[in-house]
Amino acid sequence: MIFVTVGTQGPFDRLISIMDHLAKDLPEISFVAQTSKGNYMVKNMKSFNFIDPIEFDKYFSSAKLIVSHAGMGTIISAMQYNKPIIVFPKLAKLGEHRNDHQLATAKKLERLNYLHVAYSEQMLREKILNLMRGELNPLHTVGNYASSELINSLQNFISV
Amino acid sequence: MKILAIASAGGHWVQLLRLKPAFEGHELIYASTKKSFADTVKGYEFYDIPDASRWNKVKLFYSLVCVLKLIYTVKPNIIITTGAAPGLMGIIAGKIIGAKTVWIDSIANVENLSMSGKIAAAIADKSYTQWPDLSNSKVTFSGNVL
Repeated sequence: MIFVTVGTQGPFDRLISIMDHLAKDLPEISFVAQTSKGNYMVKNMKSFNFIDPIEFDKYFSSAKLIVSHAGMGTIISAMQYNKPIIVFPKLAKLGEHRNDHQLATAKKLERLNYLHVAYSEQMLREKILNLMRGELNPLHTVGNYASSELINSLQNFISV
Repeated sequence: MKILAIASAGGHWVQLLRLKPAFEGHELIYASTKKSFADTVKGYEFYDIPDASRWNKVKLFYSLVCVLKLIYTVKPNIIITTGAAPGLMGIIAGKIIGAKTVWIDSIANVENLSMSGKIAAAIADKSYTQWPDLSNSKVTFSGNVL
């Protein structure tokens, strides 16, 4: 299963429509999408506007691949669940976000080799097909908690 | 110590949850903008607060009032937040009641601190960025949530 999520900060119809068309072309793979109340009518994927954290966990755990907006919640969850992730940044020029911080985040994390980024529909389709043919290993994984450097610094500050 | 940990729904909340070991040995209370998030911190007191952004001043003011009310009820010694606007309201409210305040700017802010983060840097007792090149005399880098 490919889990598609756009997060909690509004819809992302461009991503959902690309994924819906891809789902039609790949009937052997199941697609589940969290769409955040977009205008696009999903036809080929199981879809929800919002999923509560428990359901989100369930779909996240059973997914083979995560495809999402470049939101940190989804990115960190993918690293935590050891799931490969392709992010498709929301763009300000298309009115998808107020600024291009998703693009900046995606580029930075791509340079660190933490995740896959697709900058166009064609690139997204190619990357998904490529990954689904391969081993589907995550590029980067993390534990359940922040770096010990940050935890220690906070502990020191709290106890002073 | 009584710690109130605040974050908006989504990435801010996911980052806040990753700081939990830092609060061991203290009384920990959570607040976020989605009621269902109570399920992700079972065993802890949880309060839901209204969402807000700097783009809607009425909502922002309402958020400040709600967060102030919460803080007068909970009376925390420390307020810690990973953003966004409701977290900044927590920092402001914390200042008013004399709590110690900590801002951690989201790891998503890779090129600049967030607008809320810039304001928080001026008023919080401690501010963190998660990227070394964004640190300065007021904003500390000491690792990140990963």
